[in-house]
Amino acid sequence: MSTIQLDHVSRWYGNVVAVNDVSMTIGPGVTGLLGPNGAGKSTLIALMAGFLAPSVGTVTLDGTPLWRNEQIYRDIGLVPEPEALFDYLTGRQFVLANARLHGVRDPGAAGERALAVVEMTDAAGRTIATYSKGMRQRVKMASALVHDPSVLLLDEPFNGMDPRQRLHLMDLLRRMGSDGRTVLFSSHILEEVEQVARQIEVVVAGRHAASGDFGAIRRLMTDRPNRYVVRSADDRSLARALMGEGSVRAVSLRAEGGVEVEATDFGRFSAALPRVARDLGVRLFEVSPTDESLESVFSYLVAS
Amino acid sequence: MTAPVNADVTRAARRTGTGTGGLVNTTVAWLGLRSLFGRRRGILLFALPLVLLALAVLVRVLIEGSAAAPDILYQLGLVVVVPLVALIATTGVLSSEIDDGSVVYLLAKPLSRLTIVISKLLVAFGCVLVFAAVPLLVAGLILRWDLPRLGIGFAVGGLAGGLTYCTLFAFASVLTRHAVVVGLVYVLIWEGLLGGLLDGIRWLSVTWWSAAITDEITEGPPLVEKMGVTYAIAATVVVIIGATWLASHKLRGYSYTADE
Repeated sequence: MSTIQLDHVSRWYGNVVAVNDVSMTIGPGVTGLLGPNGAGKSTLIALMAGFLAPSVGTVTLDGTPLWRNEQIYRDIGLVPEPEALFDYLTGRQFVLANARLHGVRDPGAAGERALAVVEMTDAAGRTIATYSKGMRQRVKMASALVHDPSVLLLDEPFNGMDPRQRLHLMDLLRRMGSDGRTVLFSSHILEEVEQVARQIEVVVAGRHAASGDFGAIRRLMTDRPNRYVVRSADDRSLARALMGEGSVRAVSLRAEGGVEVEATDFGRFSAALPRVARDLGVRLFEVSPTDESLESVFSYLVAS
Repeated sequence: MTAPVNADVTRAARRTGTGTGGLVNTTVAWLGLRSLFGRRRGILLFALPLVLLALAVLVRVLIEGSAAAPDILYQLGLVVVVPLVALIATTGVLSSEIDDGSVVYLLAKPLSRLTIVISKLLVAFGCVLVFAAVPLLVAGLILRWDLPRLGIGFAVGGLAGGLTYCTLFAFASVLTRHAVVVGLVYVLIWEGLLGGLLDGIRWLSVTWWSAAITDEITEGPPLVEKMGVTYAIAATVVVIIGATWLASHKLRGYSYTADE
């Protein structure tokens, strides 16, 4: 059982603040680090992996500082984001080398076991240069598992994976978490995170925006006012009828055509809209969220 | 479908596992070797000594007498081949991995940073021996079969200089991403240009130190005057130890983020 503790951690590069006064505790089980690109997720993972010194604050693993302490890697497995690997080695050679570098007693067996876990045994004889992105990701994963670490840190592990590989990795992470390992992975996709992680930490613009189980985060994200633009055959009638719905807070007609709707409850609104349109006999051409981009969701979270 | 990860056996193996101590790690060295010759740059290591040997043969065949021998061994060998072999080998094992970030796989291990630097340096040292010192010996023998002292002297001097260059370039590799350029500028400007113009620089010039060591063995007309071999050896040892330590110290504080 291992716990990573960040205590009032900030990290800046010159004038740019990458991580701003973040305190969080990552315990056993799977934790998702969620945030838009450039939010500071990689910086946080580098801090937790001992590859970056905090400008202010402390980062510890079970009370031991991580920076400039290579002994922590007995307990940490790191899956970095960049693709760079030892392309001229076979997958098996690469994983075996990692096992040897960790000094495990039977590196051959440890390597084969790690390859089996990520289902790369069949392709292990090929050079890494011939691997697809998903295969590279899995061989990186195997290299991080050879020494059976109690902490696993993964930076955007789902990037470049096809749906089958994605499901497999999710399953793997869940199992690692239920084994009692401390697993932390970063992602910018909520759906990805909530399928695996018990605990979610949201970072936006270097700040710790929200923390909780996926239900709490999901509610925060969906209970906020949502704006939609609806284009229909008869905008004015539709607008009038929608205003009568409890889930709608505001309606306006747009000069360029279409109705702009602000809904308070995403679930009820998405059921109400088609019903209203059908009852009126108004045909809907297009329903599009105007602020659904992840950044706006996150900025809402930061503001709240 | 998949094997269990959390076998108690592996956990026990990890606790009692050995092999991460010591100053040399064979896996780090093996990876360095693969990295060096897995890239195109490795070919240059063969080209440089070949040029030296070809020139030695040419001179031997075309020119009567052997007055040119020390000049060739010095100008092409000690001044050009030795630093370039050291530069290519050291940046090949260290700089390229730091450049593309794959060094993180070495660093995320319970290995002392000194062990990593020394293991990689041993590969570079081996290259200096094979691609600079031995070719100097052979070229010396080709030029002056009758005077083996000459080849031996240049081989030993070249080896001393080459090892020193390796540690300096190792430090440069962890210091900057432009280690190759920095190394070239250093060799051309400091060692080459300024070393020839300003007399005082010889005291701080790796090539002059290696020349002084060579002089001691060849006992021929000196390449460098007024420099004791004791000073040259002491300076060489100090730089080798100092630069190795500095490189490992700097590597210990290696910062790595994907965002940058």
